[in-house]
Amino acid sequence: MSKAVEGLFYSESHEWVKVVDGNIVLVGITDFAQSQLGSVVFVDLPEAGTRLEKDAEFGAVESVKAASDLISPVTGEILEVNEDLIGEPELVNQDDYASWMLKVEIDDPTELESLMDAAAYGNFTE
Amino acid sequence: MSQVLLTPLHDRHLALHAKMEEFAGFDMPIVYTNIPDEHVAVRERVGMFDVSHMGEILIKGNDARAFADAIFTNEILDKPFGKVVYGYLLYENGTIVDDLLVYLVNETEVFLVVNASNVAKDYEWIVNQTEGFDVTVQNLSSEYAEIALQGPLAEKTMLEVFNLDLSNLEFFTFRNVELHGHPALLSRTGYTGEDGFEIYTSNEDIVAIWDALAAAGVVPCGLGARDTLRFEAALPLYGHEISDQVTPITAGFKMFTKVDKGPFIGREVLLKEIEEGSAKKVVGIELKEKAIPRAGYPVYAGNQEIGVVTTGYLSITLGVPIAMALVDQAYSKKGTEITVGIRKKLIPGFVRDRKFLKKNYKSN
Repeated sequence: MSKAVEGLFYSESHEWVKVVDGNIVLVGITDFAQSQLGSVVFVDLPEAGTRLEKDAEFGAVESVKAASDLISPVTGEILEVNEDLIGEPELVNQDDYASWMLKVEIDDPTELESLMDAAAYGNFTE
Repeated sequence: MSQVLLTPLHDRHLALHAKMEEFAGFDMPIVYTNIPDEHVAVRERVGMFDVSHMGEILIKGNDARAFADAIFTNEILDKPFGKVVYGYLLYENGTIVDDLLVYLVNETEVFLVVNASNVAKDYEWIVNQTEGFDVTVQNLSSEYAEIALQGPLAEKTMLEVFNLDLSNLEFFTFRNVELHGHPALLSRTGYTGEDGFEIYTSNEDIVAIWDALAAAGVVPCGLGARDTLRFEAALPLYGHEISDQVTPITAGFKMFTKVDKGPFIGREVLLKEIEEGSAKKVVGIELKEKAIPRAGYPVYAGNQEIGVVTTGYLSITLGVPIAMALVDQAYSKKGTEITVGIRKKLIPGFVRDRKFLKKNYKSN
């Protein structure tokens, strides 16, 4: 069974958002997403400094079999990319909630209200 | 749509919590644990695949061999009974109906193993060519189940599990065997680039054979690993490297088309293509940056689109992004610089040979 962690925000395209401090958030993919994908072999992420638009594609996570687009759950600017995932993409399978992909400064924290909480996401993936 | 079909091993796959998907009308196991582990099990040890979805067609009659020869690209008339031959059925225009294994049973019986996704089409096409030949054609696909046992320990496994010594069974030959009392047809063939066997038996008998292999620790492998394995061995998949849009010459499999053997359907077009050259070729491609060139992605030389990826992976064995691609002949030379369009980027690479990996077949 896939898990959803309390306190995070979730998108319908299976990304999670964790507020670190004020406007600073981490973005990753959910346990449900990684279990659907299977063995992740490549993570294609944009560079720090890139602008993100909510609901727009920003990269891809690739399993052996298929590439899945990553859809941004937030609008803002990428501050940092998790370089560990470039060298060890399998971390996404091992602990997807620790394996953040992007650190983002979001434009408007109220945008997060349009995302799901853990309970709603749990129902969504039932 | 008709109801999805189940193989006789379907319960086993569910018990193992395999990820199941519909393929060629069957609910098939794609992966049991994860594709890289299953892939490596076959490369380094031994794995087994439920390939009961494959199609079996029997040609019977006084003209069985002559008829098979007339519709098949490879040479069979000079081959002894007990031999398996790989080749193609072609349309008149030289493009491919299907690729298949031909089992030379005896003077009056030839057994064909065809792609699951093409069984109905193949059967109809074959029946339509029979005029003038004393043959009957039977589609026995629903009566046969099949396990592919693949990997360097396959021979040892058969000895240990079934007390069956196959050390003198040559590559691409077959025999009738009994596995714990279950009759089966067993050939030294496969679709992974490794040594191994393909075992055909009834829907009832297959279950005990699977269970015996599983009890001996043979790793169940899904269609996911089957595809990554066959790809690294540069074996074609219908609908990808080969199809009704290309000839075997274009696809780079001239060695399985014996244009000198005498007439067969599609031969004239192949002769012409060999003489005049192909407009396109299926080539190997390797990327210089880490990215994954997948089927359907466009291939460019400069600004010009010159082809399309037919299959590509981040090779599990080699760790590099490689692909097979159908490209314009002018860009098919080894070393030609190309790019592959992957999402919004053009990833640089080059044309290379398709010997991605040394095949570990049994040498006769």
